[in-house]
Amino acid sequence: MRTKSSNDFTLEFPSRSSNEAFARVAVACFAAQMDPTLNELEDIKTAVSEAVTNAIVHAYPDTIGKVTLRGRVCPDNVLEITVKDHGRGIPDVDQARQPLFTTGGEERSGMGFTIMESFMDRLTVKSTAGRGTTVTMRKRLAPRVKAAK
Amino acid sequence: MEIQEKTADRNLLLAFSGELDHHGARDALRRIELAIDAALPRKLVLDLAGVTFMDSSGIALILRSQQRMQLLEGSLLVCNVPPQARRVLDAAGISRLVTIR
Repeated sequence: MRTKSSNDFTLEFPSRSSNEAFARVAVACFAAQMDPTLNELEDIKTAVSEAVTNAIVHAYPDTIGKVTLRGRVCPDNVLEITVKDHGRGIPDVDQARQPLFTTGGEERSGMGFTIMESFMDRLTVKSTAGRGTTVTMRKRLAPRVKAAK
Repeated sequence: MEIQEKTADRNLLLAFSGELDHHGARDALRRIELAIDAALPRKLVLDLAGVTFMDSSGIALILRSQQRMQLLEGSLLVCNVPPQARRVLDAAGISRLVTIR
């Protein structure tokens, strides 16, 4: 049984780089119901962009695979975003989370996880070699006082 | 991602507009390198005023530009950084490595 305040969505798309913009706009539209500030919305979009780009670049380096994006409104005005792939997995998650570490090409900076950590409140990364990676991010949005009508 | 190019007196100005993400980064990087190779500038200015969104792909572009300019013994300036892009640069500590105005 769901409470009225909860809400969620699931999207699945192929790991094409053109879907990076689609993913962050979709999450921004979903998050709009939580009445975020512009800064919060931008931070969420940036973190989603990093997580989805990781899936596209690293999970499926030479193939096109499926990326699943989920969003959920949790109690206490917390937004939870999950980005899941079924790609090759991350051999060493702790190493991958280090700033400047990258196995990507010269157009990657190795700062993706650092930015996700910085812009969201909580980040968990679960990965199994050959099975895929699930990145879960949570952010509590500051409650805003509604203007009296 | 659009890049407008202006050269004056061995100063190269590249003005970016649009979304600077991984999707556009490879093409943007190639265009920056071509522009640097053609102009061989003493000073490269990356103007981000028109950037509506930037993620860590923008950091990679700035760091590569910095490396290219170091090879030419020139300098790099990043200017007119919008607030969202500024937070990305700050989160990565890039202002310690690159001149941002």
